[in-house]
Amino acid sequence: MTPKSAPSTEEFLDLLRTMLLIRRVEERLRDDFHAGKLPGGVHLYIGQEAVAAGVCAHLNDDDWIASTHRGHGHFLAKGGDPKAMIAEIHGKETGICRGMGGSMHVADFSRGIIGANGIVGGGVGITVGAALAAQLENKGQVAVCFFGDGAANQGVFMEAMNVGALWKLPLVLVCEHNGFSEFSPSDTVTAGDIADRPGAFGIPSTSVDGNDAIAVWEAAGAAVDHARRGNGPSFVLATTYRTHGHNEGEVYWLSGTYRDDSEIDEWNRRDPIERLTRTLVERGICTLDEVGAMDRDILDTVEDACAFAEASAVPAPDAVRDLMFFNQAP
Amino acid sequence: MAKKRLIQAINDALTEEMERDERVILFGEDVEISMFGDTVGLLDRFGPDRVRNTPICEATLSGMAVGAAAAGYRVILHMMFSNFIYTGFDAIANQMAKIRLMTGGQIMLPVTVIAGYGGGRSTAAQHSDTPYPALMNLGGINVAVPSTPADAAGLLKTAIRGNNPTFYLEAGGRGGQRGEVPDGDHLVPLGQAAIRRSGGDVTLVSVGAMMRPTLRAAKALAADAIEAEVIDCRTLVPLDTETIKASVAKTGRLVVVDEARDRCSAASHIAAVIAEEAFHDLKAPVRRVTVPNIAMPYAPNVEKPLLPNPERITAAAAALVQT
Repeated sequence: MTPKSAPSTEEFLDLLRTMLLIRRVEERLRDDFHAGKLPGGVHLYIGQEAVAAGVCAHLNDDDWIASTHRGHGHFLAKGGDPKAMIAEIHGKETGICRGMGGSMHVADFSRGIIGANGIVGGGVGITVGAALAAQLENKGQVAVCFFGDGAANQGVFMEAMNVGALWKLPLVLVCEHNGFSEFSPSDTVTAGDIADRPGAFGIPSTSVDGNDAIAVWEAAGAAVDHARRGNGPSFVLATTYRTHGHNEGEVYWLSGTYRDDSEIDEWNRRDPIERLTRTLVERGICTLDEVGAMDRDILDTVEDACAFAEASAVPAPDAVRDLMFFNQAP
Repeated sequence: MAKKRLIQAINDALTEEMERDERVILFGEDVEISMFGDTVGLLDRFGPDRVRNTPICEATLSGMAVGAAAAGYRVILHMMFSNFIYTGFDAIANQMAKIRLMTGGQIMLPVTVIAGYGGGRSTAAQHSDTPYPALMNLGGINVAVPSTPADAAGLLKTAIRGNNPTFYLEAGGRGGQRGEVPDGDHLVPLGQAAIRRSGGDVTLVSVGAMMRPTLRAAKALAADAIEAEVIDCRTLVPLDTETIKASVAKTGRLVVVDEARDRCSAASHIAAVIAEEAFHDLKAPVRRVTVPNIAMPYAPNVEKPLLPNPERITAAAAALVQT
């Protein structure tokens, strides 16, 4: 099966639905964080939704993804349950990780979500292992690693490209270039074009506008197909922008600023959701009213998920003792 | 029973476990030619899907072990010298040791990491570390330190069949030691120390390859009519504190022999546990015979005296018995 060059009507609407779901969840988490309702911090994905949605649209439950500290979007796009994720971020026993991982570790192995990761680049080696497993299974599964431009400067990125290319692993490396390595603008910490690096290993590299969901969808479709056919790893550089801080709490404790508000305004004008909405309406795939109805449904889903999370019990303190090892005292 | 060299016992155990379960895979640097001899012949026997020579890239290798295990394989990762654990430490400390807890117990991680450890052979400071103190403190990692060919086989088989990450540390340069290995499917459980010699005057607890100098010390003590009980930890996580406490209840005196550097060594941990849980059984303070807080030097005459030897162990035990 060759990759399709354009999404079908249903695929277009799914893309938009996924992006809107991520946005509404993140906005609610933003509000709940600033209201002091969350026990820990959150790293929000607002503005980058097209990347998770455009890539995960091509994946099945038995494909693997590893994600980053900014991982809510990937979790939701891969089909993770919003209720279980939000309950996790509230530190509740109904959370997807029973309240033991929180925002930076949301994972659902039953859906191929190896999980978010608190270590920049921490998911890279793990994805190589999942890709090795997929290759051994020989059922056409792929493993996708989401990581940022910050992680691209970790040595493990080079190692992974080398191993992946050497063994022709079904690995898709998706670098979300969001402009910042934590609090450092990319151009102050990154030399050259990250998209030039895979070429040294013979890995196909594609650069796309990461705020253009359709462009991401197309590039990811080709990369996933390449991996499924046993042709080895691919690399996609999706250039986007982190409109929120590295950590939502930084406004309370950071000693200064590291960017101009005008830059944020400029990127807000390139909002990926508004852009996809405009395209769908222009192409007659849906009307603005229909998008509004979709949005209201999603807001209801988010409201229900948050109510569920807030009403859920906290985990029993002793539960943690059973989790360090399988069937063994800590 | 068959008499085997220790390295042969490891090689046989690896072969048997890979025969037994086709989801066992093994990878690492130079596992084909096998520097220590423990993985020799496995690539020919099981093929390049299940046995892979890797590039030198420990950060990725330890991550791969986590990813492949999470995806349903039983992974054996060979890291050659234990100092190379440090270059792969992110995925060990931040992922392997924690991912089960962080994800609410969603997965098991059947990973066995093999590495050679210890000094005494002029391999200098970067090929001679004894890394288990750091591993013990990670929390989610089992640590096995076999000292005999039988335990080398039995603990390795248990680790590979187990569902938790286990570091299986081979004492460097001691692969030629010979011993009896039981026939058939010989398994040694984790967390069960072995009493190697019985005695009522002093307890000598030995970690890993310290067994040989400890047994020699016990023999020397016996010549002076001091009967030492010698306990081989066999695993540090889980640690069989009950066997040690039972012995201390009998002898009232404890010496722990460990080739890790003294500060926060396994010996320090064992001493602390006994001080807390068996204080009233003690007739004298606990003594540790360890390596000073010094990196291993190259020159043999400087390196050798740093390691615990029968003379230091004997002196420590004799001094306790006299108090």
